Amino acid sequence: MTLQGSKLSPGEKRLPKVSVDLDAIESGTSLWQDAWHRLKKNRMALISFWVLVFMVVFCFFGPLFSPYDHRDNDLNQTLLSPHLQHPFGTDDLGRDQMTRVMIGGRVSLGVGIIATAVSLLIGVTYGATAAYVGGKVDSAMMRFVDVLYALPFTIFVILLMTLFERSIVLLFIVIGAVEWLTMARIVRGQVLSIKKQEFVEAAVSLGYSTRRIIFRHIIPNVLGVVVVYATLTVPSVMLLESFLSFLGLGVQPPMPSWGSLIKLGADNIVLFPYLLLIPAVFFSLTLFSLNFLGDGLRDALDPKSSKD
Amino acid sequence: MALLEVKDLKTYFHTRNGTVRAVDGVSFGVERGETLGIVGESGSGKSVSCYSLLGLIPQPPGRIEQGEAILDGEVDLLNCSEKKLRKVRGRRISMIFQDPMTSLNPYLKISTQLIEALHTHEDMSRREALSRAIRALEEVGITEASTRIQFYPHEFSGGMRQRVMIAMAMVTHPDILIADEPTTALDVTVQAQILELIKQRQQANNSAVILITHDLGVVAGMCDRINVMYAGKIVESGTAADIFKRAQHPYTIALQRSIPSLGSKGSPLYTIPGLPPDLSKPIPGDAFAMREGISSGGKWDNTPPPIVQVSDTHWVRESDVILPPLEEVLDVR
Repeated sequence: MTLQGSKLSPGEKRLPKVSVDLDAIESGTSLWQDAWHRLKKNRMALISFWVLVFMVVFCFFGPLFSPYDHRDNDLNQTLLSPHLQHPFGTDDLGRDQMTRVMIGGRVSLGVGIIATAVSLLIGVTYGATAAYVGGKVDSAMMRFVDVLYALPFTIFVILLMTLFERSIVLLFIVIGAVEWLTMARIVRGQVLSIKKQEFVEAAVSLGYSTRRIIFRHIIPNVLGVVVVYATLTVPSVMLLESFLSFLGLGVQPPMPSWGSLIKLGADNIVLFPYLLLIPAVFFSLTLFSLNFLGDGLRDALDPKSSKD
Repeated sequence: MALLEVKDLKTYFHTRNGTVRAVDGVSFGVERGETLGIVGESGSGKSVSCYSLLGLIPQPPGRIEQGEAILDGEVDLLNCSEKKLRKVRGRRISMIFQDPMTSLNPYLKISTQLIEALHTHEDMSRREALSRAIRALEEVGITEASTRIQFYPHEFSGGMRQRVMIAMAMVTHPDILIADEPTTALDVTVQAQILELIKQRQQANNSAVILITHDLGVVAGMCDRINVMYAGKIVESGTAADIFKRAQHPYTIALQRSIPSLGSKGSPLYTIPGLPPDLSKPIPGDAFAMREGISSGGKWDNTPPPIVQVSDTHWVRESDVILPPLEEVLDVR
């Protein structure tokens, strides 16, 4: 084999033929697939992932198979300990606790997911736009975020919840609308560093529109950080919801949420500890899992930052 | 009428430490099929002048203060709407960047990126775009292009990525290709291949190439005409022979002295003394004369030196800087 210096033969025949497993390279591995491989090796994150899957399936499909409704009370069977008919026991009005935990999980998980999605949608778009456009627009947009930040957000939520008619949808939106601020800041910081990279300049030099560059070229590159932060936002949103429900501002009875179930349990902690214990275990497990998963995702998406 | 005619371009950066005159009155033109080299030290304004053409200067702090760049006698790139400019970018003028490691989007497949470039400017079906993208990859010497097009950038080596970049820039057959130090980040062996490739693509499309570099060896082999820039101004302009054989400006001569040669083993390498001037302060006269360790007659210290025509193809900015003989400078030991 001779090296031909700078001569470039279009077919490059001088490369020796190597047998390649074509199935393996049919299509390349994206950075996301790479991250997924790394995540699968992280046992804690994987367990957390399956715990979360179980929670979602249990809460969203469980009630379909339950013989009880979460509103049906049976005053002959109040405050029963767990037994065969009522695996988690019954509450002070004789409602099946397992069904209530499931339905409460729906609300809590729903708040977590939907409010996070709302915060993602607003935060990512807002932060990316501010950073990419830059200059005075950026300053104005971020000062607006600062102003909202300065409002004590619990009071803000309470104000909104009392001002408008209380409904679950409003709860979702209000929490999401409060949580997007940090997301916007994080995304802005990331975009500021990414927009200096040459592939963004290349995209501009190829004549792509600003919107296309933001949504197609910049946002996918910040999603790693966003996903990690989102998994940490879900638990904080769920905590906020349970806190509001605990105060009586969240979901309204008879609709349960894990927060309100825990409140009920806390009232009866001495005589009927299982009323507190079961929803608390569910809630904590979910929060732990989300945190471990977020941790694992961070390591998987940014292998350089992991400890080992 | 030249394909692209740039007249008196001035791009300033208004920073907190004053106004940096990165490009200060630059005029040049390129013809179809021609390769124009722009050489100079870091910070001489060679990149900024080309970035200005495509509106890639971050504004603020940058601002194009003055000038025009007429493409094909119709569009003024410096004074047209963003929408019009977008139609020129990628379609009529494309750009290759310095670092192939960062100039492709890491999250998108090569196919997606090439097809996107095509779809932005031409109305065609996905299938048609894909086959043209594959052909573009084959044209830049990537084997098994139909398989490799489904890969992500991180699965390619640096040289291959630069080829992909060239394919992406050339897929729409632009009239002008701006190459901003396209080989700086590559191995020497790959450098030669990439330059050869740019040349070959240029001939295939009959396009003009503007090659920005600080490597005189690269321009010598590639360019028909060369502009030497110093402190935001063109100090000498001419054909490759004018610049290499009949250089007039002391800065051009000093640059050529800095090329290391294989012959003088053991002797120190020549470097131009001092540093390029601080562009945030106004320079009234000859910028090169202000350089520390450079002696001049003082004639152009306070008045801008005029441009003199040496021959039909050769222009030089006057300077009375006297470079000491090379032997004297290198005889430090």
